[in-house]
Amino acid sequence: MTITELKSLSRRLREDVLNVSHNNKISHLGSCLSCIEILVVLYWRYLRVDITDPNYPDRDQFLLSKGHAASALYAALANRGFFPREDLFTHGQTGSPFEEHPGLHSPPGVDCVSGSLGHALPISLGLAKSALLKGSKAKFAVLMGDGELNEGSIWEAAMFASTHKLHNLTAIIDVNQWQGTGRSSSVMNILPLRDKWEAFGWHALEVDGHNHNEIEDALNTGSQIKNKPTVVIANTIKGKGISFMEDDNNWHYRIPNDSELRAALDELARDESLIDA
Amino acid sequence: MRNCFAACLEKYVKEQDEIVLLYADIGNRLFNKLKDLAGPRVINAGIAEANMAGMAAGMAMNGMKPFIYTITPFTTSRNFEQIKVDIAYQNLPVVIAGTGSGLGYANLGPTHHSFEDLALMRVLPNMQVVCPADVLELEALFPQILKSREPVYLRLGKKNEAVVHPEPPNLSIGKAHVLIPGERICLMSCGSMLETAKQVSVELGKQGLKVEVCSFHTVKPLDDAYLDEAYSRFDTWVTLEEHSVIGGFGSAISDWLSERLLNKDVLRFGIPDLFIDQVSGQQDAKKRAGLSVGSIVEGILAYEG
Repeated sequence: MTITELKSLSRRLREDVLNVSHNNKISHLGSCLSCIEILVVLYWRYLRVDITDPNYPDRDQFLLSKGHAASALYAALANRGFFPREDLFTHGQTGSPFEEHPGLHSPPGVDCVSGSLGHALPISLGLAKSALLKGSKAKFAVLMGDGELNEGSIWEAAMFASTHKLHNLTAIIDVNQWQGTGRSSSVMNILPLRDKWEAFGWHALEVDGHNHNEIEDALNTGSQIKNKPTVVIANTIKGKGISFMEDDNNWHYRIPNDSELRAALDELARDESLIDA
Repeated sequence: MRNCFAACLEKYVKEQDEIVLLYADIGNRLFNKLKDLAGPRVINAGIAEANMAGMAAGMAMNGMKPFIYTITPFTTSRNFEQIKVDIAYQNLPVVIAGTGSGLGYANLGPTHHSFEDLALMRVLPNMQVVCPADVLELEALFPQILKSREPVYLRLGKKNEAVVHPEPPNLSIGKAHVLIPGERICLMSCGSMLETAKQVSVELGKQGLKVEVCSFHTVKPLDDAYLDEAYSRFDTWVTLEEHSVIGGFGSAISDWLSERLLNKDVLRFGIPDLFIDQVSGQQDAKKRAGLSVGSIVEGILAYEG
């Protein structure tokens, strides 16, 4: 798959989350838009998944710890072929598998419930540790937000994972520098991130979280590290791809109206890097 | 009882390679034999109970049968949200084992007491709540706990508890067990109160009251069949628990009646709505809580008039 194709996919995922947000009144757009490239690389370049048998036992698994970006995950899974894209538009309706945070009755391809922050890293440790106990070759990836790193359970897990050399585990941090109500670094000083994770015994890599190649290289490098877990610190922009949403935390909760949706979709359609795609 | 818990695991761990024990840096030497039998599956998760509960969920998602173990408050209230979301909501077969439940660690103070754990665990959908009264009850229930495909909260004592049953009982999760048949008054005992219940029945016997003593080793699900029958057989129910009177076993029994719009006199003996400190040991603490044989007998006789 070429870089242009990965970029086209990323654009399509952005269109899907924008349309769903507008039509179904789903918030957290900014948080969805910052992790699009990460999801595209995970599902098209990294994870061993089977859309015809989503729960096969030895598969790689992805856990969306920042569960409020569920809409982005659903868009990725739909475009990957786990279920029809039009299903996305049941999001939030009575009886729909698409809930604002991934629930127990999530669509095929969702591996874990989430929504309360700081949960999925410990769960992924349990998956990774038991896979090693069983001799399974499966690998596990978990995506957290930088605001989520406020949670103490993250650091409990960070210590356990390095102590137990969980090399089959990769944590990715979507560092969009915002949390619900403010700049991440001003709410809780989590910096310096790379030094912190290295001090906790992890192999830490820093990438441009909107550059597919950099993300993929980091994930592949992590897979080669055999004595410790890997963390990919992905520097991103909240609201990425839509100029009037970028780095504006109002879009954590705001839902685009008709004209904002049109403007956003127009902007994506004009993306010059994809004109020849 | 914690030794019995370790022994139960030792019995099955070799033949069932999905069993994994996570403990939060507690039980010095308790699990040495277990480590010999199944080293990599006996894991010190550190003093990090939230992570321990989340990891157990992940292991269960991967087909394992995890047990998480530490002193009760640290594996019920401290990590409650992981238990709620990761384990109970996902309905995973994790066993949450708490030791020294109730006032088992009386002299260590309110930090180590657990008289809110039944309330926390029984409110969770999918959660079974099992409170063995003695080692014989634990041994009888353990194979069923092991087989269960849903979460279980296992409320354990500490050590050297009295063995109440004269012989190994035949028990099922969710089925109350009549220890002493009687009439008019039924003493419904939860977990560690069974020895006290037995002594209370002896004292009441001296007053001419031949009361029934029933072990409710399972708080959830409650035994509907026994309670239906007990509703017609007894004038008065007495609930005994080493737990707050708010939200625990007595509350569960009251809820049972309320849901059916039934009226019955229920005397609830448990820890009153206060923290208990400055006590020398478990008996002292139980006395303070009004859970001594004397105060229970007195309470029942006062009601009887």
